Amino acid sequence: MTASLGKHAWVLGLLVLFLVLIGLTKLVQPSFSLAGIESLTRAALPFAFATAGMAVVVIVGGIDLSVASMMAVCAVTAAVLMERMAGVPAILIVLAVGLGMGLINGVLIVLTKVPDIVATLAMLFVWEGTALLILNTPGGATADWVEAGIRGSFLIGWFPKALVVLVVGIALVWVPLRRSKLGLSIYATGSDETAAFRSGVPVGRTKIIAYGICGLYCAMGGLSLAALTGIGEPVPGPYLLASVAAVVLGGVVLGGGKGGLLGPIIAVFILRIIRSILTFLSVDPNVTTIIEGVIMVAVVMLGAALTHRGTRK
Amino acid sequence: MSTTDTDPPLLRLGRAMRDNPLIPLVLFLFALVVLLEVLRPGIVMPIRSGRDGLISTFWVGNLIKFAIPLAMLAACQVLTMLTAGIDLSAGIVATVAAFVCATLSSIWGVAPAVLIALATGLVVGVVNGVGVGIVRVHPLIMTLGTGLIATGCLQVYQRLVINAGAEVPTFLSWLGTGRTLGMPNGLYLFVPFSVFVIWLMRYTGFGRLLFALGSNENAAKLSGVRSWQVYIALYALSGLIAALAGLLYLGIIRQPSLSLANPLLLPSVAAAVIGGTSIFGGRGSYAGAIVGALILRVLDTMLTLLQMPEGARTALFGLIILAVTALYVRITGAR
Amino acid sequence: MNDIAALDASGISKSFGAVRALTDAHLRVAAGEVVALMGANGAGKSTFVKIITGALRPDTGKVMIRGQEAHVGSPAQARRSGLVPVYQEPSLIPDLDVGDNLRLGDTPVAAFQSWTEKLGVPDVRLSDMISDLPLATLRILDLARSLAAEPDVLLLDEMTAALPTDLVERVLKVVRERANAGMGVIYVSHRFTEISELCDRASVLRDGQTVGDLPIEPGVEEKAVELMLGQSLNLSRQRSSEDRKVLGGTPRLSAKDLAAGPKLTDVSFDLYSGEVLGVVALEGQGQDELFDVLSGFQRPTAGQIEVDGSPVNFGHPADAISAGLTIVPGDRSEALLAERSVRENIALPFAAQVRNWGPLRLRKERSRVDYAIDRLQIDTRAKGEVQRLSGGNQQKVTIGRWLAAGVQTLLLFDPTRGIDVRTKRQIYPLARELAENGAAVLFYTSELEEVALACDRAIVIFNGRVVAEIDAADADEQTLMRAAYGLMNAEGTA
Repeated sequence: MTASLGKHAWVLGLLVLFLVLIGLTKLVQPSFSLAGIESLTRAALPFAFATAGMAVVVIVGGIDLSVASMMAVCAVTAAVLMERMAGVPAILIVLAVGLGMGLINGVLIVLTKVPDIVATLAMLFVWEGTALLILNTPGGATADWVEAGIRGSFLIGWFPKALVVLVVGIALVWVPLRRSKLGLSIYATGSDETAAFRSGVPVGRTKIIAYGICGLYCAMGGLSLAALTGIGEPVPGPYLLASVAAVVLGGVVLGGGKGGLLGPIIAVFILRIIRSILTFLSVDPNVTTIIEGVIMVAVVMLGAALTHRGTRK
Repeated sequence: MSTTDTDPPLLRLGRAMRDNPLIPLVLFLFALVVLLEVLRPGIVMPIRSGRDGLISTFWVGNLIKFAIPLAMLAACQVLTMLTAGIDLSAGIVATVAAFVCATLSSIWGVAPAVLIALATGLVVGVVNGVGVGIVRVHPLIMTLGTGLIATGCLQVYQRLVINAGAEVPTFLSWLGTGRTLGMPNGLYLFVPFSVFVIWLMRYTGFGRLLFALGSNENAAKLSGVRSWQVYIALYALSGLIAALAGLLYLGIIRQPSLSLANPLLLPSVAAAVIGGTSIFGGRGSYAGAIVGALILRVLDTMLTLLQMPEGARTALFGLIILAVTALYVRITGAR
Repeated sequence: MNDIAALDASGISKSFGAVRALTDAHLRVAAGEVVALMGANGAGKSTFVKIITGALRPDTGKVMIRGQEAHVGSPAQARRSGLVPVYQEPSLIPDLDVGDNLRLGDTPVAAFQSWTEKLGVPDVRLSDMISDLPLATLRILDLARSLAAEPDVLLLDEMTAALPTDLVERVLKVVRERANAGMGVIYVSHRFTEISELCDRASVLRDGQTVGDLPIEPGVEEKAVELMLGQSLNLSRQRSSEDRKVLGGTPRLSAKDLAAGPKLTDVSFDLYSGEVLGVVALEGQGQDELFDVLSGFQRPTAGQIEVDGSPVNFGHPADAISAGLTIVPGDRSEALLAERSVRENIALPFAAQVRNWGPLRLRKERSRVDYAIDRLQIDTRAKGEVQRLSGGNQQKVTIGRWLAAGVQTLLLFDPTRGIDVRTKRQIYPLARELAENGAAVLFYTSELEEVALACDRAIVIFNGRVVAEIDAADADEQTLMRAAYGLMNAEGTA
């Protein structure tokens, strides 16, 4: 019992921090209300999906620098397809495209033996170029119902639809996987590759699948990006460093094997609400970018310092 | 184990290429130039399209002029890659330096403006060095992060100086656009610069340590090298070089903007990799990177002629980096 | 039924590049038999184990399990064919709980739990995180997991190394029971007491060859030691005890009750200028940690190092170097810049300090590097890249690095491992010469005959403690081997 409490202490702490920050927001901006949470969630959607994808590959012991580029590819694909065909098949195609890109990343890493960080850096540019090839300038259009799908509230008056989309999207993939043997293999590979190999885990295949899942989440991120803006934007958004920071803040150790998706998602909301607070304090949005950047770099540095200490022992 | 005689031919060829990367690179450069001439007769050799001159000094001068800032940024990548690092903030640092210089020149005069521009590069570099050398963040993530922060700072700064107007110092435009005997004046800066970089790599203790850290950090450690000192000096130097490249680029483009040199970042990594610098550290040549920069410029001209869209070019550069790295892993069995 | 061996590995050979790790190894284990696999350091034991478990492919020979050729390409396949290994390091995933680890390998939980009970750790819960459990428990869990898979052949690789005595007893009892029920067991170990309690037979490996099979009977220890040493070359003693200087005064280097990590528990010794002090130990007795501590790579958890009588505290190898302590590590790949030239490798320490970052003083560098190359007779035909040199020449480069800089205290960690005889013969007199010129040399070696050839005296470390100090004159291999196996009490000290 105490052990499981310890395991969840970090996530609980993050949750408490988030609630404190909401209280703080209410303090600096008394008009902040449930509608504020709704727009916060909506804006956080692409960031949250990118973070989920990044978390999965970090858990398997890798890192994927191409998340933002893959999201851009998916966003423009969605916008272009939805102009020409019905929304549902378009969404399915986009999900398949994301999965495919992720799998390609994984296969390249496993086959070429080029380290994850270098291979996905190269792929960052490949996918960025691909997005530009699909749509040279922002354009296309998403179906109206897609946009409506993440706006407003769900059933009861205050529950943001975006949160439903987020939870359902992430849970559909992760929940059945987490407790399955494949999920265990992902944790095992990230935790200790040699021990995993000795325990009979097909290490290479597990890595490829983890990258595939990352691609799938990026597709969801790209879709929500398209839904947010109503068009397809071929230039990758600032999601790379942000997702790494959220993953680290969320308790997933760079190097793999530890953590889950809940922590990083809460971390996303924490990072987003800091931005809201700064906005409410009428800080220059550019200064906000700087502060956010500094927070992210600090978080990543902290994570690196902790990892380093852990391995050095 | 000296098993040189029994190594497979691919390995031996790979070694030969690694030992003398310059020769095949230069041959490749010439092959590209010939191909370009075939695609568009007369562009390199005007005589073939009935104009004067065997070789177009204008074309060659232009090629070199635009290759220089790229080659300077590639120096940042070569030096950091020697230690298995990378500097992804170089493009933004160049942009910031150019912007700061252009805006401050009209307020405080040229000399302080240039000094402050170089100092910004130095500051970003020191932060990178601390992150990489002391906190041990992966250089890729660290430089990406400082780049992001620098971009934010640039935007804030732009709002502050919005009414000041911009002015490109005359000596920078002289360096950037002027020509002497048909060759760009940028060479006045670049030739001493490249000699310095090559000298630094080959004939100084600092250069030795760069190779040593990338080749085997543990060996360096047991020889008494405190690696954090080297990392901080290295990234500071890299920031300084990036700022210098930004100033020169400002002289060439003569129009400061918030994303002036950013598009040069990826090609600078590609130029270093093509030039035989290993992204895993311990091996690299600046001469190779210079030829790599020239190759990329010719390739760029060619892709423009073929009307290849920008997206395809970006993707192609990414694939080149991946392919060269994968080949390197295959040949040497490194990591 | 009985003439089919549970495991039959025959004619196994394996080379790594030019190094032949195994030339002709074989091992036959009948069902119900427990066979000890023995061999001194570097005899090829670990390579043999890797081949049997499928982590490596042999160049020649084959491994048969229950009469069927085992095509083992991975540990998973070896497991399926009926052979289950328990490794020195636990192969459980640290970030998963016990239950998840079982699910990962499809281990039946009920069988696993009955084994943990029999093995004496009944209070392990399936929800316990592996990383929270003590090392000894992990070893037992590893064994329980392997037993639950009901293997035909069980391979135990030094698995009792971190276990307390009561658990060792349990393990031996359970393994014996399983053997009596028909399981074949390969028991890789250094420990004679356990071997004589558990095993039916001992198979001895030397220089990559299986050199003998011994029935376990009283006095087997001596025979095993003899076999492991071989018909030793009886190299004429190059030194006699007469030329020993009388050493006294302040020791150059003095270790007082040093402890670090789980393995190094309490080591003290004095090393004087002008002598070569040998260190003898079986693998994993704490000698790695000792050298790490002395060279500044690791801080001791207890104890004190003194140089010339004053206490020192090393936070970085640079501190050790400035106190005159320089190390030649056992693994050359740790010390060499493989892709750089001989000259750069030797000159590396010159550039280490910030004040030497400027222009290289090429002439001075060349003369000092040439001096080291000359002194060591390094073959520099392939000087462009150190990785193309032979192993012996590579080792000379790592030593030469400190010769060029001037030696005060040299820490040699198994400097002759895996190098040719000629180079070895150059390294002993070199160590002696350095000592005669006033240096102090600490010389760990896994090859016992070297103690008599190079050292003045030797300390023997067993289980993280100094168990004997032996004068070189008395340091014949039998004595050293017995001491290293903990078979000799300290009264054997000269």
